Amino acid sequence: MNISKYLFFAGIVRPFINLVMGVSVHGGEHLPLSGPAILVANHNSHLDTLVLMSLYSSAKIVHIHPMAAADYFCNTPFKRFIFQKLIGIIPLKRNPFLQMHQDIFMEAKKALKKKEILIIFPEGTRGNSSRLQDFKTGIAHLTQSFPKVPVIPIFIHGTEKSLPKNEGIFVPFITDVYIGKPLFHTKEDNKKWTLILQGNVKQLQEQFLKDHPALNA
Amino acid sequence: MNEILVTEHVRYSVWILYAILTFLTFLAFGMKLRKKNVENFLIRLKTFWKIVIFLTIAFSFNFVTTVVLLAFISYLALKEYFSMIPTRHADRRALFWAYLSIPVQFYFIYIGWLNMFYLLIPLYLFLLVPARMAIVGETKDFLKSCASIHWGLMVCVYALGYVCAYFIQDFKVPLPHGALGCVLYILYLTIFNDFMQYVFGKSFGKHAITPKVSPHKTWEGFIGGVLSTGLISLWAAPFLTPLSAGEGFIVGIGLACCGFLGDIVMSSLKRDLGIKDTGTILPGHGGILDRVDSLIFTAPLFFHYISYFYD
Repeated sequence: MNISKYLFFAGIVRPFINLVMGVSVHGGEHLPLSGPAILVANHNSHLDTLVLMSLYSSAKIVHIHPMAAADYFCNTPFKRFIFQKLIGIIPLKRNPFLQMHQDIFMEAKKALKKKEILIIFPEGTRGNSSRLQDFKTGIAHLTQSFPKVPVIPIFIHGTEKSLPKNEGIFVPFITDVYIGKPLFHTKEDNKKWTLILQGNVKQLQEQFLKDHPALNA
Repeated sequence: MNEILVTEHVRYSVWILYAILTFLTFLAFGMKLRKKNVENFLIRLKTFWKIVIFLTIAFSFNFVTTVVLLAFISYLALKEYFSMIPTRHADRRALFWAYLSIPVQFYFIYIGWLNMFYLLIPLYLFLLVPARMAIVGETKDFLKSCASIHWGLMVCVYALGYVCAYFIQDFKVPLPHGALGCVLYILYLTIFNDFMQYVFGKSFGKHAITPKVSPHKTWEGFIGGVLSTGLISLWAAPFLTPLSAGEGFIVGIGLACCGFLGDIVMSSLKRDLGIKDTGTILPGHGGILDRVDSLIFTAPLFFHYISYFYD
């Protein structure tokens, strides 16, 4: 077990997310209690990862691994320590040349086989809160070899107000997390399946807007 | 100053509260055994226990604990408010300063600087928030943002801070059961009023009092709540505050009316925003603002009432 990750989340991240920020969960019954599973969400802030992980208890968090770009999160020894040791990310090499010659999902597949939970942001990068960007198909490529692993669509609102892209100061807002019904990879074409998944997240976004008509996301 | 005076009567009143809660808990479990549907009631009750225990801790140690824990409630309330209203990206700096006013405000309460407590939010933050926003320079919806941020500060920081103000006011006629007596009196009365208005409204409610704001609030509920609050105040006021029974009756009726106003003010805000509850932090009750809506009217008004007549 990864002690430093456990302590980091039990002592710092979870108290911060739950007491200082506050999370309001809708559809919590859809959250899988144990792996293997893949959580899929829209991505607007660095806080998204911490919010999703904090939905679990610290003991379970050690089994959760966000997938993140290696060139951004692992390019210095210090960052490697923070993100790989403390957060436990699975680095993803975004190099087109590499992608042709080796299986970039090797680490992710290993983790799924070990019944771990993955977090993937298929928008690829942090975007604008009101508009979902088109999902990348990587997630479909990964799940087609795991048709029995549930994929859970999630919509997050509020983190982009607390800590938006390119902003230094943190301003507390309650984060709304909408969790949808699990989805499984079918024999559908990868592009089509990705669109279905995107549609599910979009539905959750619409549900959020229905519950909070005054907030135009 | 640092010690909180806890008199016999205060202690009795807390025992009574715990006895009522225990009784309700047994009642609920009894009904559950008889296969009655009490799930929602149990959830509400559990949250109520947590609130009561939290407040017991807040008032049991010393004034520092009281101030810190109430500042925390004020923070949660303000966060809830800022999260439910529309805010602009340009307001981030102003919101940041709005949050910072909480430790400052409660520090002034802690050192007992009453005048600064009166002034910080209504005057200094009233000036600071728009000034910070003007420096950012986004003029679209400027007034809307200034006004809504300041309203939130008045409700969540200023009005809620009055719960602590009772402890720092230097009453020339000493309060017979301490500041805590008055604070508990106002808390009990406010909760009792909310409850009785609900009970009478549910049992006899026919004529809507504010059909546009909330169809569930009726004249029957209002009158039943106000009268029963007046009656309980007949006993509670002399038990916990310097008020006599007769005065207690009148003040109780006044506070019940004000509590009702706080209730419909928050309901109007929710209706405007198109939401049902202000939050989800208190399962079964909604948000913090749902719970303290009456208190933001009653706590300051009762404070100024006794400050005026007993100083």
